[in-house]
Amino acid sequence: MSDTLAPPRRSGTSGGRTTPRGSFALRLFGERLSLLVRPRTLVVCLSLTLLSALVLIVSVSVGDYGIPLGAVPGAIAGYGERLDVFFVQGVRLPRALTAIGVGAALGVAGAVFQSLSRNALGSPDIIGFTSGAATGAVTVILVFGAGRVAVSLGAIAGGLFTAAVVYLLAMKNGVQGYRLVLVGIGVSAMLGSVRDYLLTRAELTDALGAQIWMIGSLNGRGWGEVAAVWVCLALLGPVLLAQGKRLRFMELGDDTARGLGVSTQATQLTSLAAASALTGAAIAVAGPIGFVALAAPQLARRLTRAGGTTLVGSALMGAALLVVADLVALRALAPVQLPAGVVTAVIGGSYLIWLLYTEWRGGRA
Amino acid sequence: MTTADDAASRLHGQGLTLAYEQRVISQDLAVTIPDNSFTVIVGPNACGKSTLLRALSRTLKPARGHVHLDGRVIGSYPAKEVARRLGLLPQTSIAPDGIGVADLVARGRFPHQGFLRQWSTQDEAVVAEAMEATGIADLADRSVDELSGGQRQRVWLAMVLTQQTPLLLLDEPTTYLDIAHQMDMLDLCADLHAERGHTLVAVLHDLNHACRYATHLIVMKEGAIVAEGDPATVVTADLVEEVFGLPVRVIDDPETHTPMIVPVNRRAAAR
Repeated sequence: MSDTLAPPRRSGTSGGRTTPRGSFALRLFGERLSLLVRPRTLVVCLSLTLLSALVLIVSVSVGDYGIPLGAVPGAIAGYGERLDVFFVQGVRLPRALTAIGVGAALGVAGAVFQSLSRNALGSPDIIGFTSGAATGAVTVILVFGAGRVAVSLGAIAGGLFTAAVVYLLAMKNGVQGYRLVLVGIGVSAMLGSVRDYLLTRAELTDALGAQIWMIGSLNGRGWGEVAAVWVCLALLGPVLLAQGKRLRFMELGDDTARGLGVSTQATQLTSLAAASALTGAAIAVAGPIGFVALAAPQLARRLTRAGGTTLVGSALMGAALLVVADLVALRALAPVQLPAGVVTAVIGGSYLIWLLYTEWRGGRA
Repeated sequence: MTTADDAASRLHGQGLTLAYEQRVISQDLAVTIPDNSFTVIVGPNACGKSTLLRALSRTLKPARGHVHLDGRVIGSYPAKEVARRLGLLPQTSIAPDGIGVADLVARGRFPHQGFLRQWSTQDEAVVAEAMEATGIADLADRSVDELSGGQRQRVWLAMVLTQQTPLLLLDEPTTYLDIAHQMDMLDLCADLHAERGHTLVAVLHDLNHACRYATHLIVMKEGAIVAEGDPATVVTADLVEEVFGLPVRVIDDPETHTPMIVPVNRRAAAR
């Protein structure tokens, strides 16, 4: 370097006039490392993580068999009263961890779908993935009367197949957002009537089981489900995070993104495949839990005010949303357990409406 | 259009067949962008001028033939590498809701950035300089949503400038702008060409603008190049009538002494 007189700056911060709003640059090792740090995003992500951790501990402690909060950490580690350890390790902890994993998977997948379709409605719920998975699962339940693993596989197969069909039908010189949403709505409606037909032909108890599966629930989920969803997150999460910046560029328009050096087709394909697989895993584990994939990215985006999709924020928001919803589902009408899917829409929906309302009132649309 | 010219030029294409799915726009097209020129592509609506620009900027892959950038087929470069050599201002871009002017301009630094190099002092300086050059430095803290069409177009141009590319491709940069902002934009382009040494390729609708600003004119009709060269020698009344089907007079532009097209008063002639 030319400035040999100046001592090497080991660390430094700077916020020039041109640094993106609300961010500062963190430059280390004589600028071999220069990071862009956004305090607001950091605070939001940390808060959501803390919230999820807190709710996790609370939901492990409360129940018909109450465990004092102070005994929870010990019980998680396997110490303390035998019944405490049994309830925590065997029942409540895996359930809460499943909720967090499924929520994170749905949140991040929703963010990808919305970003690629440049449409706030472009969630797996709308583009037919969820509907396909539900139809696959209901077919397995009603036609083959098979167990949970087969139902999960049926859901994944149905979801992926439907997503592929919708994608192919909507494709013409690449995929455009509104076409994807419109075709998805059409295919979802058709699949809905297939499900309704199957339900009318089924035995009452089978139909009830299928109906409950279709709402989405975390009742009775164990370590197998935890492993399934967290392994998928660990494998596919990094793939998506690596595409995060490119996804934000795709929001500027395909030509602009390509002009800036984003290989748009590779980005589109990789992130769609990873997001579809994550959605599949989440639905296989918990059923088609509604609204998380739709609301979490919008909520995260509005809280961070980052002017674009935030994948990490969406994942953390999804996790927080679902773990809170499941706690409410468990305790609101105790001892009756509600399916979590009933609660997500109520909590997520009212929160989103409140946020949009205050935003519009405040004149920041 | 000899092979020696082609080899010398940084951006050229041969045997290009350009098509959207089955709809063929151009066949067996050869085009050379002279280095250090301000090349303007003109022609009637749907003549394939934007399609040609898309092919030159690798946003459209030719069905046949190849575009060469700096001696190599453009598609053989990594995406970011092309973006460090060639900047593109497309016809339409989408500004995310609520994004700030400086934030958007800074996005042009993407091809120079990586995971460990997200925002260097050089990035900062280049963004400041691009905003200065396009006259939007005062707007740095504003939201793009709040800007007028003319200001917005400058923001997009500033973003492309921060890529620091020797070649700049602009697809109808003056559409949707009023006459004053059109001239602002074109003056800005001319400055970029004359003072900063960029090679510019622009698709323009207005023939008079093209004649004023282009150092090299490419005239297209029905997907083919029908004439090219210095506007002063290329633009004649016969050519304009042949290409646009409009009888005109070509006079001397009193301001720039470039050709100026004045449509013949057909209603008076018919009377």
